[in-house]
Amino acid sequence: MTASLTLRRRVTASLAALASVALLASCTGNTPETTGGGGGGGGDTNAGSSNDDTGETVTIGFSAPAADHGWMGSMSTHAQNLADEYDDVELLVAEGTNDVNLQISQIETFINNDEMDAIVVVPFDGGALTGVALEAMEAGIPVINVDREFSDPNAARVTVMGDNYGMGHNAGEYICEQVGDDPEAVVAEVTGIASLPLTEERTQGFEDALGACGQEVDNRVAADFTVQGGESATANLLQAAPEIDAIWNHDDDQGVGVLAAIENADRDEFFMVGGAGSANMMRHIQEEDSVVEATVVYPSSQAANGVALARLLAQEKSLSDLVENEVPRQVQLFAPVVTKENVDQYIDSAFES
Amino acid sequence: MSEQAARSVSGAEPSSASLPSTESAPPPAPDEGGQGARARLGGGGLGRSLGLIVALLLICLVGALTSGDRFLDVDNVLTIVRGAAVIGVVSIGMTFVITAGGIDLSVGSVLGLASVWATTLATQAMAEDVHWVVMVFTGVAVGTAAGIVNGIVVSYGKVVSFIATFAMLIAARGLAEIISGRGTQLVTNDGFDDFFNGSFLGVPTIVWMFIVVAALGWVVLNRTTFGRRTVAVGGNAEAARLAGINIRRHTVYVFALSGFTAGLAAVMMLGRTGAGSSTNGMLYELDAIAAVVVGGTLLVGGRGTIVGTVIGVLIFQTLTNVFVLNNLSTSVQALVQGAIIVIAVLLQQRFVVRARST
Repeated sequence: MTASLTLRRRVTASLAALASVALLASCTGNTPETTGGGGGGGGDTNAGSSNDDTGETVTIGFSAPAADHGWMGSMSTHAQNLADEYDDVELLVAEGTNDVNLQISQIETFINNDEMDAIVVVPFDGGALTGVALEAMEAGIPVINVDREFSDPNAARVTVMGDNYGMGHNAGEYICEQVGDDPEAVVAEVTGIASLPLTEERTQGFEDALGACGQEVDNRVAADFTVQGGESATANLLQAAPEIDAIWNHDDDQGVGVLAAIENADRDEFFMVGGAGSANMMRHIQEEDSVVEATVVYPSSQAANGVALARLLAQEKSLSDLVENEVPRQVQLFAPVVTKENVDQYIDSAFES
Repeated sequence: MSEQAARSVSGAEPSSASLPSTESAPPPAPDEGGQGARARLGGGGLGRSLGLIVALLLICLVGALTSGDRFLDVDNVLTIVRGAAVIGVVSIGMTFVITAGGIDLSVGSVLGLASVWATTLATQAMAEDVHWVVMVFTGVAVGTAAGIVNGIVVSYGKVVSFIATFAMLIAARGLAEIISGRGTQLVTNDGFDDFFNGSFLGVPTIVWMFIVVAALGWVVLNRTTFGRRTVAVGGNAEAARLAGINIRRHTVYVFALSGFTAGLAAVMMLGRTGAGSSTNGMLYELDAIAAVVVGGTLLVGGRGTIVGTVIGVLIFQTLTNVFVLNNLSTSVQALVQGAIIVIAVLLQQRFVVRARST
């Protein structure tokens, strides 16, 4: 139960989590100790409420970007697995694409399908898909927007998001706990593609949390979510900072390269916190065979949550644990810190990078 | 133009042994023409790279002034050359293609494909049974094969190299994604890891490889028939054909060479990152082309310099290093990097003009 206490403390500490309905996957279920659940989880349904009883069969359309990296692939897999668990869900999965035009026509096809009860969209570009999402809403089909937000709030009935700010914030808090208020401590950050808004949000959260304990980011380099980018950025970073206390790496895919650079430079005087939560990094955490001590999860179960909410909407049910009669407008997932203590809870649902 | 090309073709014959062997930089290429060419041999080659050397020294000076000890530290210098090694080897192959009047946009993707193919479970299992050289062979073979396909499409299919290699850029990345399932394939072979992460005489293995490839590239471009033919084909293909060069076959060779260096670079990258991934080599084609062109190789072909390419690669790596040491944001980096490209090319032009007029 100490785990859930620290979780609760982190929720209260995180402004972002307060500002929205923070949905801790482990708290939505009525049986929090289920295996394989957890914030990055998905797959576990909330037994104990009538919501799980087989209801009227619903048809849900699903469209997502191409599974060109482990995390995105895991999004679709989790969604499909959840749909398979329900006898009353028929999930129509469109071929993943990074072509905005193709994704728009996929959704138009869904709209023209008379059977369609709800559409789950993980847009390649939120702005570009807003128009067609509005059309679907006007046609009376609820749209569940996942991960990348539409530019018009009317374009979606429910928005399911990860918490980029919270990732940075929770990583920063973890580093604060470990480093303390040592004014000499050197904290470094390896970001993803610097120009992306999500990178800025993560960095902002990280800076805010570090600021709260009197720390700051002493060295920052930008990689590009790829192994090679992580390696070359980190190789230079390690030269820039001869003594480091802690590193936060935004993304576990590029983390493979970050670790390679650290090993090549023969450095181990610091600890590292990862980001996104890949199975690979979690194995490092479990086996304690590298500088990786923790990783902050950006759940790849978002799309699965979208499918679950689509089913509830289509069957005119609500979230049984809330007092509301309707499904909420926004669900923001929590970004838990996975460490040696709780890694067993998360590793099964983590994505393979 | 045809006269110049013909002249260089004559240089391709065995009689080229008459060239001074003390020359340390590339001899003048055909486009410089004129009877004074021989007289400029000593200063001309150096002059061509002098602007670049000045640019590189200026960047080093800034690095030394702003972050002193850290910049001049041996480890840091090794980090810069290690970083330059992979892209450097790609750029050597690219120098040949561009000198021959073509362009190879596929090097980054081919590098990614080779890195994935060399780290599949099957390849690694075989490497475990036989020797890790299997992985090296696989990577290089895949790269070379892709290069040969490029060459055949360009020469026998008569497709412009920009389009042919662009098609390969897309296709190779796709194939790499299919093979790897878009995952990251870790290198599990310790022998491979030890070799490519090891060092000899204090210099990392992959830096040695870069040095060897650059030296061989210089010899091949400046001292062999193959190199002379490459320059001739790029300078004036028609004249080269009339002079008896089998242009089609030579084009295939040049693209195969570029594929070979991309494959070799893939193996070196596996050493650095310890993982094969379809994202390996992303945008390397642009980095390589930038280094080659900043180095002084003519984008339209007919003139190529390996020394310039090596310095071009070092300029970009040193620049990145200086930025990171000073903790500058990537936006500032991008801005300055753009400015440096223009300044380096302008400087280089000035020196070339001066070298010609003296």
